[in-house]
Amino acid sequence: MYSVSYHRAASVAEAAKLAKGEAKLVSGGMTLIPAMKTRLAAPSDLVDISRIDALKGIKVSGKTVTIGAGTTHYEVATSDKLAKVCPALSHLASMIGDPAVRHRGTIGGSIANNDPAADYPSAMLALGATIVTNKREIAADKFFKVLFETALKEGEIVTSVTFTAPAKAAYEKFRNPASRYAIVGVFVAKGAGGVRVAVTGAGDDGVFRSKELEAALAKQFDAAALASAKVPAKTLMSDMHASADYRAHLIVVMTRRAVAAANA
Amino acid sequence: MSEISLTVNGRRVSASVEDRTLLVHFLREHLGLTGTHVGCDTSQCGACVVHVDGKAMKSCSMLAAQASGSDVITIEGIANGGDLHPVQAAFKEHHGLQCGFCTPGMIMTTVDMIARHPEGLDEATVREELEGNICRCTGYHNIVKAVLAASKTMSKASKGKAKKAA
Ligand SMILES: Cc1cc2nc3c(=O)[nH]c(=O)nc-3n(C[C@H](O)[C@H](O)[C@H](O)COP(=O)(O)OP(=O)(O)OC[C@H]3O[C@@H](n4cnc5c(N)ncnc54)[C@H](O)[C@@H]3O)c2cc1C
Ligand code: FES
Ligand code: FES
Repeated sequence: MYSVSYHRAASVAEAAKLAKGEAKLVSGGMTLIPAMKTRLAAPSDLVDISRIDALKGIKVSGKTVTIGAGTTHYEVATSDKLAKVCPALSHLASMIGDPAVRHRGTIGGSIANNDPAADYPSAMLALGATIVTNKREIAADKFFKVLFETALKEGEIVTSVTFTAPAKAAYEKFRNPASRYAIVGVFVAKGAGGVRVAVTGAGDDGVFRSKELEAALAKQFDAAALASAKVPAKTLMSDMHASADYRAHLIVVMTRRAVAAANA
Repeated sequence: MSEISLTVNGRRVSASVEDRTLLVHFLREHLGLTGTHVGCDTSQCGACVVHVDGKAMKSCSMLAAQASGSDVITIEGIANGGDLHPVQAAFKEHHGLQCGFCTPGMIMTTVDMIARHPEGLDEATVREELEGNICRCTGYHNIVKAVLAASKTMSKASKGKAKKAA
């Protein structure tokens, strides 16, 4: 690995001061450290935010859920409080990577990274979540830009995410059999703001909402409403794992399964 | 350089390491604990799994400096003197290894898995939980058998203890 300077930040304010120039924040390190080992990333400094208590934990008050950016996938997957109001999100977290990855990787790191096949971004979009940073609040709809790009500015730190628990929701992931990342993942949520369908793993520009499927489900929130639904393939990814046409088909199938699971 | 201080297998260790030192290299090269292996460059194989503060983690994907202040257990730290840990004994009994390269990681993952499933394990759960550990030799069949057997022995042992305590 390239030489790097390590700093352990005691607070968000200290981390913000240190995260300048070529420095990078490290949370769970489950994306950044492997990227540094293969030299896809070469920050001058690492600012470790994983020991900042203020970034950790899950709060549920009524229907409002707040998850600290430093909360691990394991903690999200096993939180009883969260499972009561939004089991779909617990389920999503339980399918990320493997147990050792879930013990370290965090929700803040996952959404800041915005990998086109990451699971959490789809949940944030479908739940209409708000991403809270040390500077401002950003609606999920405005947060995820293109592959590996978000609305975050240099040195800006995600501190938590917050959303209103939906009446119904589910996540269905069609996993690549080798990497277990999503070839297509669909998060469906029906809440006060209507029906939202967010798709990961498939879009040329990363996670996106499917207007076609949302419109069909707004009329009737039932898998049957998708019998003749179609998703255009022209903005979808084609790679060695699946063609755009295959993904377009899979999105409808996964959405149908997700709606059935949400209604069950 | 970072001054780090942590507990490894119950022993306090302090050292001065380059910031970029991975935990696995610290364990192997600084402490001579070569039971923890490196099998890949992509954080996928699990040969390097150790416990950090009681949880299974991939020591190839964290810096030694990140582990400073933590309690680390490696494969060298789980036997009780000359007595194998029940998971080690089960891998031996059920031929859960061939070349043995993946075995330290498999065993550390299994100890963690059994601790998180006090209700017991079934084959599907074991296979799902082994997602992050790759074995090139065994085809997993005997590994799964060993994990299930160890989970049974350990739940019996803890029930026995609870009875004695009562
Ligand atoms: C073997 C393996 C399998 C995996 N499988 C999956 C999978 O199936 N699905 C999936 O979704 N993911 C998967 N992942 C990725 C994993 O979920 C990561 O944990 C996650 O993508 C990044 O979280 P992290 O906390 O580890 O972030 P880090 O690696 O620490 O950081 C990632 C990026 O985010 C930035 N960052 C971190 N925290 C913040 C913050 N609070 N504010 C602003 N920027 C921040 C960092 O600077 C860095 O650029 C896998 C990883 C591995 C190694
Ligand atoms: S060496 Fe750590 S996962 Fe392969
Ligand atoms: S026994 Fe050889 S890799 Fe598992």
